[in-house]
Amino acid sequence: MNWTWFYKLGSPKWFYETANKVLPWFLSAGVLLLVVGTVWGLVFAPEDYQQGNSFRIIYLHVPSAILAQSCYMMMAVAAIISLVWKMKLADMFIASAAPIGAAFTFLALFTGAVWGKPTWGTWWVWDARLTAMLVLLFLYFGVLALRSALENIDLASRASAILVLVGVVNIPIIKYSVEWWNTLHQPATFTLSEKPAMPSEMWLPLLVMVIGMYCFFTAVALMRIKNEILLRERRTKWVQAIIAEEGKP
Amino acid sequence: MNFETFTEFLFMGGHGLYVWLAYGAGFFIILLVYIQPILARRSIIQALSQRQRREQQNKASDKMNAQEITGSNE
Repeated sequence: MNWTWFYKLGSPKWFYETANKVLPWFLSAGVLLLVVGTVWGLVFAPEDYQQGNSFRIIYLHVPSAILAQSCYMMMAVAAIISLVWKMKLADMFIASAAPIGAAFTFLALFTGAVWGKPTWGTWWVWDARLTAMLVLLFLYFGVLALRSALENIDLASRASAILVLVGVVNIPIIKYSVEWWNTLHQPATFTLSEKPAMPSEMWLPLLVMVIGMYCFFTAVALMRIKNEILLRERRTKWVQAIIAEEGKP
Repeated sequence: MNFETFTEFLFMGGHGLYVWLAYGAGFFIILLVYIQPILARRSIIQALSQRQRREQQNKASDKMNAQEITGSNE
């Protein structure tokens, strides 16, 4: 197997240039899929025979919850790479992904509350799934707080990587909470092994939204990593050249 | 199309408030997540280019001072 791509990842310059090339594609695909999925889910999907139209919140709720969790898993992988190989880009990814993950965890919780009111009759219950998701939000806040508290960048990257790895225990708890405990929350809509229980005109827009979320996440994560690179590599010649070019008054 | 009229679409069978509240929040948060790095990039470039110009000016004036002291025109 050819491992040169892994070594190239160690070069911020290479990453910056590659990010520039792929970013517009991810951004336009993400926006397009999110718009198509939203219109499909809101206007064309049939209503649920039990929940009526409030079920349409699923098209926002499930994709943001999936993204919130996989963002954390990606950060955990980056944390291992950052601890073992001291790769700067892995640490930049953690710094860049944490605020996005926090935003989507908040969105999942918010849309869940708004969906819970007409469906369960309450905005919030201290249910296993909901509580574990709230813990995820606090883990993201913890990473952000730790990074802004520690000025030494090496210390900040090591500390936040360790915090991310400790918090990984929460991910299986979120995933299996609906099976381990009696909860109000319904079980997963999508599983890898079985066909969804809903008709295709209901789950197809959901799939479009999930893919759209991943594309959008990739785009904004790349934008943030590029900012991190500019800041941390500001003394290098190639960043100075970009600054001189773009910073003209 | 699942709705007959636009009013029906807004009403969402009595769940309009919830559906639109959720999607409003979604739109707002996605917009925020997208705008934030753009603004950050602008301020990073501004700050770094200011520093770059200051350093170049310092270098230039150091050279002038050195010339005045030694009296040479090199």
